[in-house]
Amino acid sequence: MTASTSPGLAVSARSEEPSPASPRTASSSTSPSSTSPSSTSPSGDPLRAHAVSIGYDGRRVIEDLDLELPAGRVTAIVGPNACGKSTLLRGLARLHPLESGRVTLGERDVTGMSRKELARTVGVLPQSSLAPDGVRVAELVGRGRYPHQGWFGRHRSDDDVVVMRALAATGVADLADRPVAELSGGQRQRVWVAMVLAQETDIVLLDEPTTFLDVAHQVELLDLLRDLNRDRGTTVVMVLHELNLAARYADHLVVMSAGRVVAEGRPSDVLTAEAVLGAFGLEARVVPDPVSGTPLVVPIGRHGRHERRDRPAQD
Amino acid sequence: MTVTSTVTPLSPGSPGANEPLDAHPVTALRARQRRRLGVVVVTGLVLTVALATLALTLGAASLPPGRALLALFGLGNDTDVFVVQRLRLPRIEAAVLAGAAFGLAGALFQTTLRNPLASPDILGIASGASLGAVFGLLALGVTGLAVSAAAFAGAAAVALLIWFFAWRRGLHSIRFVLVGVGFAYLCSSLLSWLLARAGEREAQSALLWTVGSVADVRGTELVVLATGLAVIGVVIAATARWQGPLALGDDHARALGVHTDLARVGSLLLAVALVALATSFAGPLAFVALVAPAIARRLLDDGGAALLASTVTGAALVLAADVVGQHALFGISVPAGIVTGLVGAPYLLWLLAMNERKSRP
Repeated sequence: MTASTSPGLAVSARSEEPSPASPRTASSSTSPSSTSPSSTSPSGDPLRAHAVSIGYDGRRVIEDLDLELPAGRVTAIVGPNACGKSTLLRGLARLHPLESGRVTLGERDVTGMSRKELARTVGVLPQSSLAPDGVRVAELVGRGRYPHQGWFGRHRSDDDVVVMRALAATGVADLADRPVAELSGGQRQRVWVAMVLAQETDIVLLDEPTTFLDVAHQVELLDLLRDLNRDRGTTVVMVLHELNLAARYADHLVVMSAGRVVAEGRPSDVLTAEAVLGAFGLEARVVPDPVSGTPLVVPIGRHGRHERRDRPAQD
Repeated sequence: MTVTSTVTPLSPGSPGANEPLDAHPVTALRARQRRRLGVVVVTGLVLTVALATLALTLGAASLPPGRALLALFGLGNDTDVFVVQRLRLPRIEAAVLAGAAFGLAGALFQTTLRNPLASPDILGIASGASLGAVFGLLALGVTGLAVSAAAFAGAAAVALLIWFFAWRRGLHSIRFVLVGVGFAYLCSSLLSWLLARAGEREAQSALLWTVGSVADVRGTELVVLATGLAVIGVVIAATARWQGPLALGDDHARALGVHTDLARVGSLLLAVALVALATSFAGPLAFVALVAPAIARRLLDDGGAALLASTVTGAALVLAADVVGQHALFGISVPAGIVTGLVGAPYLLWLLAMNERKSRP
């Protein structure tokens, strides 16, 4: 049972890092307003939003938002329901048109790029994915090669190798000729991630990739994304619901509320009791995660409190 | 705890990004699927040729296969040559061409709209063609190629109307289907009204346009049908690669670099053009566009759009329906559209029943 041991392995590997002021995260900006020069990471250009507004049918969801997603890092975007985090991701990836503002990739305006060109640089895993009936794993993952293929869908000789590599990286190589519909939820989500990997992009955006997974599969998938970032230098940006996992797995945490970025930076700097109260309206205590040392948000509800509950929250 | 044992997580020992990797499982799967496509297409073609040979020999003057084939190439006595080349061959060609067009159009509709029930019959585009033809015949009194032109205009008009009502900041599949169903009813009501007003003799010939028949397509009409099918077919082949990403939904398709609105509109336009072309010569031929792709997809079972296999299946289906309609039904001859309707309607019911069962937990 290699699978069950892997989260532990990965966690222990991460906890060896000098967590708070690690040199790896030192270059990323810690204050929300600073527009630090783009990182020197070899993994390409950072994706930036400049005064972006996005809406649906005239209703503004994102208003005048500026954000830089540091290249070569793992960024998690968190926030309450309907705060516009998924919309932001869709806007960044050009899945949804901007009402105003622009998105740049390095020096280039994303809207000026052809869709295919963008798809060779930015891969996206949207929130809901439904595989067509009967499609096999390797075939579905092969569709990730689309932006690299020419007219008439000419198959390139290295496509199979890339697909196989994506299958191996996500641990689904054994399932190559199984119908996707027959897989478990965790396996299926890995297959979709494999499809995005087969796109071979420098940047991968994922919209709530762990939503339908149990906790073991959530950790497994996040470990996989962390590995991807470590081994290939891929920039990973994900919208997450689970604050504690976001704090543990992200280098850079973006907290959104009502269509705006209310805080961003290193999780240990950003995820405080005040921030949680401000963004989610939830009273909580934030303690160090006993496993990783990253912030752990413990909600304080109206029920189920310990006897000596009215002890003041310590920060 | 249910951690699946087939899943091997990435670890330093497992094949990583830089090591050479054996792509055999992926290549093998592709080879297997290509082989399966080959078998399905070749079987369909063989079946079509066999049916065509049968159709050449059957009829009022029954010919043995040898004489029929000789006559096909202008050999043998003049009567044989006339019967084969002038009477039977055009009908076979019309059945094959119309069937191929319906099969391909249905496959394109179903994959583009992501709905296995989407087909020109249900969307009202075929009824639009019938309405156009009947209106041309009865109200305008036109004949010949002009009737086909009227049918084409009818199909195109209905498609445009569906478009107009279904378009809301982009094309939504379910809206397209629902609006289409509405127009199907509207067209059949108007059709009934036109037929009810017509004299008995006129109604007889007009009725054929509401059913579909390949009996009277010949000469120039065949050339137009074949050329149109070839041209549209080439464009579809060139853009077939859209279908893989499109079948995953708009977000996925866009993320993969497909201009989804353009691709969806383009695919639907091509499908509408095919249906309009085929119905303008052969009439609606009920359910072929619905059934042929469903059979083809089942045979291939690869989750793809099955465009080529649907084309071949459609051709074989309509040819078979026409042979059955001419010769097998107790001595009376019925148009191919009635046979396809008789076979297709129960199939549709079965498909609905299966879908119902599947959607239940």
